[in-house]
Amino acid sequence: METTTPAAPPAAHPGGAAPGGPAKPAAARRPRVRGRSTQWAAFAFLLPLVAYLLAFYAYPLYRNVDLSLHEYTVRSFVQGGAEFTGLANYRDVVGANAFGTALRNTLVFTFVSIAAQYAIGLALAVFFRANFPLSGLLRGMFLIPWLLPLIVSGSTWAWMLNSDNGIVNAALEAFGIGQVNWLTDPGWALTSVIVANIWLGIPFNLVILYSGLQNIPDELYEAAALDGANAWQQFWRITLPMLRPVSAITLLLGLVYTLKVVDIIWIMTTGGPGTSSTTLAVWSYREAFGTGLPDFSPAATLGNLLILMALAFGLLYLRLQRRQEWS
Amino acid sequence: MISLSTPVRAAGVLGAALLVMTAPTACSSNTGGSGGDQSDGTYTWWDPYPQHAKGSDWAKRVAACGDEAGVTIERTAYDTTALTNQALLAAQEGTAPDVILIDNPAVSTLADTGMLTTMDEFGLDTAGVDENLLAAGVVDGKAYGIPIGANTLGLYYNADVLDDAGVDPAAIKDWDTLTAALKKVTDAGHKGITFAGTNTEEGSFQFLPWFWGAGADLRDLDSAEAATALELWTGWLEQGYAPNSVINNSQNTTWEEFLTGDFGFGVNGTWQVNSAAEADFRTGVVQIPGRDGGVAPTPTGGEFITAPVQDDGSRYDVTQQIVECMTTPEGMVETATTFAYYIPPTKAGQGQLLQKNAELEPWVEAVRTARGRTGDNLGTDYPKISEPLWTAVQKALSGSASPADALREAQAAAEDEAG
Repeated sequence: METTTPAAPPAAHPGGAAPGGPAKPAAARRPRVRGRSTQWAAFAFLLPLVAYLLAFYAYPLYRNVDLSLHEYTVRSFVQGGAEFTGLANYRDVVGANAFGTALRNTLVFTFVSIAAQYAIGLALAVFFRANFPLSGLLRGMFLIPWLLPLIVSGSTWAWMLNSDNGIVNAALEAFGIGQVNWLTDPGWALTSVIVANIWLGIPFNLVILYSGLQNIPDELYEAAALDGANAWQQFWRITLPMLRPVSAITLLLGLVYTLKVVDIIWIMTTGGPGTSSTTLAVWSYREAFGTGLPDFSPAATLGNLLILMALAFGLLYLRLQRRQEWS
Repeated sequence: MISLSTPVRAAGVLGAALLVMTAPTACSSNTGGSGGDQSDGTYTWWDPYPQHAKGSDWAKRVAACGDEAGVTIERTAYDTTALTNQALLAAQEGTAPDVILIDNPAVSTLADTGMLTTMDEFGLDTAGVDENLLAAGVVDGKAYGIPIGANTLGLYYNADVLDDAGVDPAAIKDWDTLTAALKKVTDAGHKGITFAGTNTEEGSFQFLPWFWGAGADLRDLDSAEAATALELWTGWLEQGYAPNSVINNSQNTTWEEFLTGDFGFGVNGTWQVNSAAEADFRTGVVQIPGRDGGVAPTPTGGEFITAPVQDDGSRYDVTQQIVECMTTPEGMVETATTFAYYIPPTKAGQGQLLQKNAELEPWVEAVRTARGRTGDNLGTDYPKISEPLWTAVQKALSGSASPADALREAQAAAEDEAG
């Protein structure tokens, strides 16, 4: 917005935010008129954004809540007149047999995934901080999981872990270990999808943490080295504390993304066998799109519960951040 | 990890789609129905065959039916599962197309919303259609669509493997002889049988021939008959006659397994007839046997042609001509040969097809004894029963519950859902 016209010689504020532009001598009432019109213009500029937010954020959210508070059948979905049932859907979902398993699976899937993604991503980021020959190329290759379409990587994982023809079992057999039913054993299915999900999430953690590392001044490490700190101490005393803000946002984003993962699980096990790898998100997807009869109300209910969970962690993050700013 | 198809997002997309769709209807609400603001010369048509692109034989066949009726047909193809949701959304907004070709278990779901016309109202005679095939589209005695073709499951075999193991496919008359054949095949160093037990509708679809073949009823999932059917499957896994991967197999994956040539048998549908003929080994097909002999009822597959309700009733005349064009015996035979995986649903059509392709005889036979999943007036209850059923199959096969316990749990869940 700062258009310093050549006609107006260097104005007083080089970096200031004078909304009126260069202060040229003007009649007394002109700025006031212009002030009002710029205000209108500002609103006009805001309008597309507001419309966008309403159409693509507020309305779907409202609709999701609306769906969860009514008993929608396919008939009432088309003809309207769905019965308002208050929190009955929430009671049904929470009271369902599958809820305990799904909640436990969701928590295990999310926290194990994030912890491993973060740890491995950080280790790799620190590793790549030392610029060695070909490190750029190698770092690029670690991004591949991010670039592949999920249907491709998901199916590839499913093939590799296939009980009878998978390469993983073939390798295990070479070492004399018997067949492991990675995707079809209730005890292994969740582990398998977690492993695949960790692999998928590493690049994201690597990229953000690596860029965070770039912002840590070298002098700190030099000073620490002069004081006799070894690499391990440098990591714990400098790298980790200096990365704290970046780590917090990485973990929060990771959490939000991981809570709602459906695709990788759906492609690999469809939440099975039975319900042993069903998370809340997979359950919600199955209710809405996984059977012949779309059941939008429970699906929306589960979706809202997930939103609440993500929101809770978002608030926690804000709180932590504020405390950090205060200190 | 950066996932796109999450339910939250999906609901968002749904919401956005609703919003986008309300805009045009608001402007042209009085034109009603589909066609929307298009002139009367264009009729809209949805089907679940995205694999048949513009310029394919199928697209030409649809266009020809339009030409015959003197109109242009605008065809849109959706993925099978997406089509049901699209149809519901369109019905909600009053923008349903003139014709929808839809998977047979979805007909009763759409009919339940009141968005479909009955074939009676439409003046179309369904008397010629085989009753067992029409059943999936009948709700409370009224037919809401006509099958344009039918397919079902059969037991494909690898003749090379069976010869090697000394098994005569004609000797497979009941479950005991089948299991004995599987034993011979595995003893000869081959793999026995592969099927699809995945955690979706396909899992139920593949289990039903055994479930019905034992004499079990979908209203009664925890009957002793149902348990014997599930025990047959779990027994095969325990004996090593079927690989553990069947738990995760879709019908496509199970076919890939069969095509490796290692397996003696593979359960799959009419739609693999061409692929079986092109396999590297000799193949054949027999009916899936019932527990104590005879042919087990297999679930019907295939699409129905339906006509959604339109505000503008004058469109029905042309729609009727289009539907008729697709459902004459000649039309059905043409559909069957265009797709190579459909059996005509009328006696006349079946007769004509067999004159041309005598080798399809076992499939015509299988289709005649097939049973609609939503029949017996199960209608929209079927999906609520099917989900617990495939979950029970998964639990029993993976060993997390005994067949009887898994089915008991399924029955409780089905009663809870379907009432």
